[in-house]
Amino acid sequence: MGWMKFISFILREGIIMHKLFHFKPIAPGLKDEKSSHPFGVLVAKEISDHIRSWRFIILLALILLTCISSLYTSLSSISKTVAKPDDPENTFLLLKLFTLSDGTLPPFHVFIGFLGPLLGISLGFDAINSEQNAGTLSRVMAQPIHRDYLINAKFAGALIVISTLFLALGLAVIGLGIIIIGVPPTPQELLRIFLFIFLSIFYVAFWLNLAIFFSIRFRQAATSALTAIAVWLFFTVFYQIIVSLIAKAIIPTTAIETDQTLNYQKLINDLLRIVPSQLYSDATTTLLMPSVRSLGPLTMEQVYGAIPSPLPILESLTIVWPQLTGLLAATILCFAGSYYSFMRREIRS
Amino acid sequence: MADVIELKGVTKCYGSLKAVDDLSLGIRKGEIYGLLGPNGAGKSTTILMMLGLTEPNEGSIKVCGIDSTSNPVEVKRKVGYLPDNVGFYENQTGLDNLIFIAKLNRATSAEARNRAFDLLNRVGLTDAANKKVGTYSRGMRQRLGLAEVLIKKPEVIVLDEPTLGIDPSGVKAFLGLIVQLSRADGLTVLLSSHHLHQVQQVCDRVGIFVSGKLIANGPIPELSGQLFGNKLFTVEAGVVWRTLEKREQLVTDLRNIDGVCSVAYEENRLLIECSMDEIATIARTIVYSGIDLTHLFQRQYGLDEIYQLYFEGGHNHA
Repeated sequence: MGWMKFISFILREGIIMHKLFHFKPIAPGLKDEKSSHPFGVLVAKEISDHIRSWRFIILLALILLTCISSLYTSLSSISKTVAKPDDPENTFLLLKLFTLSDGTLPPFHVFIGFLGPLLGISLGFDAINSEQNAGTLSRVMAQPIHRDYLINAKFAGALIVISTLFLALGLAVIGLGIIIIGVPPTPQELLRIFLFIFLSIFYVAFWLNLAIFFSIRFRQAATSALTAIAVWLFFTVFYQIIVSLIAKAIIPTTAIETDQTLNYQKLINDLLRIVPSQLYSDATTTLLMPSVRSLGPLTMEQVYGAIPSPLPILESLTIVWPQLTGLLAATILCFAGSYYSFMRREIRS
Repeated sequence: MADVIELKGVTKCYGSLKAVDDLSLGIRKGEIYGLLGPNGAGKSTTILMMLGLTEPNEGSIKVCGIDSTSNPVEVKRKVGYLPDNVGFYENQTGLDNLIFIAKLNRATSAEARNRAFDLLNRVGLTDAANKKVGTYSRGMRQRLGLAEVLIKKPEVIVLDEPTLGIDPSGVKAFLGLIVQLSRADGLTVLLSSHHLHQVQQVCDRVGIFVSGKLIANGPIPELSGQLFGNKLFTVEAGVVWRTLEKREQLVTDLRNIDGVCSVAYEENRLLIECSMDEIATIARTIVYSGIDLTHLFQRQYGLDEIYQLYFEGGHNHA
């Protein structure tokens, strides 16, 4: 009953906030005397273009559907997990919503890892080339704005859309979780979920930048979309096959020292971690499952004496720090590439 | 009068190809200047360099006293540019497209809206203001483009092939609109085209551009004077032959006039070249010879001839 009270309190607060907002006339464009900065105008246009496009609406529906279904599976199996008393993650009930699955459908974070790239690619693959083919690029560039405004606005607009979407999704999952399980999140859980959301945004931003880069390089939108999807497929499917082939070739079949096996395993892991999706899944698992202690192999000596308890958030962060910086670096690299090639490019229709 | 657009020794190379070769050009305030030339002559490249969208390899460009290469944003504040194959956001209305551009020029929303309505009215698109640009015809798009160029209140407008793809009556109306709007606001207009006649109607001065070089520059009558000054007058006379003897007689008579160099005839026409204005004498001779004269006029060298001459010249160079 206490929770019902809590919810009704939140609702009442919401209504008051709503009223507060309506005291101030915030109808844009009618009363403001100040002109907005051209960069803001460009970003606003990008955002409105995105949210009105069918492409985004379809993707949004797809993502919402998968989220609801994965939430459903995790909710239906959550009671069984809680029953296990020896689970160190029992205190992180809300986190389980993001990671738990009964085996029929992948959990939330795997879905996001799978659909995120698609979202990023679809928001970016025709960023520049469609404008160029439509003849609008030279028109916009003939306005008194710096050239990088356009490319920055393309990135910022899509990023804002993605961030809003992911934040809303994450908060919706938390909200639904609170209503259905009736357990409030601990600060640590909230922090972990927000870190997960930011990580997802970065991950999608990487694919977005890659797609924007291709949209500058290739004149045809279809070519750039296909190339971006090809890269994505290569990294999600073929790269693992190639790495396992390499592994088979180099790892000796006869019995060897433990140290050597470890080294080989490490090499294979490092090879796998070139792929952004691997970085993302490593990082999300560690962030969402506090009991994950290492991303590589652990020897018996290392595990010996360890109490199966969840790690504090800082420790989890330390484990995935290389993954986080790696993802960030890849994103920045892609953006730098597109920035450079756009600035050098000749604007003509 | 001061030059609004000033190009000095501008050269632009694409690899080994010289798109613009040592171009110097001045365009005065308030005039309508036509940049003429065949496709690929370097007109668009020159325009892009003026706007700072492409950098020249050599030379300097100043528009309204501002260097286009080092300070393109300031130049673009003063210059309205209508690219060839202008595109609009198809899924937005014409009004929204205009408001977007106005806001990029730092207009407030209210200002942008007012100015957009005003300009749509001036270019005759008020009825289509709230229709999506996807439904516009080619001529409507060009007019919307003109409105968009004017919305930033420019000092100079640059139109790249503005008449491309519009039907003849539309061209006439569109060029009339350009003249009317530019004269009303005292704008300097630079328009590029490869349609001579259209440009001939509206331009104060023209420059002829072949293979990256400006090979003639000035008002059209002066240009033909420059070009054909040393050439002969050609007088064309329309006649009706009755008998062959009379024709022979007339040709001999004409050849005997002082200053006439040659006389040639085709079916019902006589072409008489003479070194000075002998048109009255020629007329008298024909009439006295008893041959019916249907028309008589002195051939003017128009832009077509000028163009032809230069293009041939251009080809010879290449």
